[in-house]
Amino acid sequence: MTRPEMIQALQSAYPEIKTSEFRGDTRIVVPRERLRAVMSILRDERSFDLLVDVTCVDYLNYRGAQDRFGLVYLLASTTSNERITVRVFVNEPDLTVASMVPLWEGANWMEREVWDMFGIRFEGHPDLRRILMPDEFTAFPLRKDYPLQGRGERHNFPVLTRNKG
Amino acid sequence: MAIELPENVVVSKLDELANWCRKNSLWPMPFATACCGIELMATGASRHDLARFGAEVFRFSPRQCDLMIVAGRVAMKMLPVLQRIWQQMSEPKWCISMGACASTGGVFDTYAVVQGIDRFIPVDMYVPGCPPRPEQLIQAIIDLQDKIQAEGTIMGDEFELPARQQPKRALIELPVIPAPAIHRL
Repeated sequence: MTRPEMIQALQSAYPEIKTSEFRGDTRIVVPRERLRAVMSILRDERSFDLLVDVTCVDYLNYRGAQDRFGLVYLLASTTSNERITVRVFVNEPDLTVASMVPLWEGANWMEREVWDMFGIRFEGHPDLRRILMPDEFTAFPLRKDYPLQGRGERHNFPVLTRNKG
Repeated sequence: MAIELPENVVVSKLDELANWCRKNSLWPMPFATACCGIELMATGASRHDLARFGAEVFRFSPRQCDLMIVAGRVAMKMLPVLQRIWQQMSEPKWCISMGACASTGGVFDTYAVVQGIDRFIPVDMYVPGCPPRPEQLIQAIIDLQDKIQAEGTIMGDEFELPARQQPKRALIELPVIPAPAIHRL
């Protein structure tokens, strides 16, 4: 099945999917509720067996943006060398997306990183903890409304002087 | 009262003898977190040969070290580790802050990087550079040796001076911006 046929089959199954093409790369925008179903089809029927990356973009104050957060899933097929980008947009206050760990084990740490940096919750994730920042950290530092120099977290340590050594 | 001494006997002060021993057998703890660590390794390797100054015995156990060389930027997740290792080192001990990042945070003025380790642990010698040349680190070790020889005491009294109990640099408190409720876990 060629790529246009695949897109067409997807769109006939889920008419709310939007697709676009840029320099030979296909991008599909999936509503949040349909993400799990579409990803299952892509993995099982279209042989996209590799989840290359899961990441997120904060579109706060971005010109022309309508949604706050845009999740990016990069998929690749090791058999047909095809690549596809799947995007999902989420908005406050309900920042939850279905976890892809049941489909690709490799999603585990990538989703933990997105949770750590952006605060997107992944429903069904087996172990949604912070992965980069310390556990006691409370903010999500890659959000655009987080100050670049932090909220004083990097100063919040005891001072050791000579006689305490 | 004149005492006949053989030619191979030298009279000295016990402090100076201890200082002479200490300064010529510094055992560095390589706390290397970034590119400064590469220069630190080059300093210990054969071309620059830190062994000429008696400081070539890099030990990865803090219990065996008396000179901590912090080479590289320290992330806020790393600072409790740095403080723990500093406390585990046995007295007398010294600290060299190597490079711009360890001394000031360098270019990493972000939420996750400590803006100079001297805010949180005592530092004896700063090495500028990004990263410093091995010659600069060797100069810092020579200067530290001079410092140990000049002011060291066998009981470590110089560490008890009130001036040494102050943090090196006052903390500049940034305004703490309260987090919105959604940011809480």
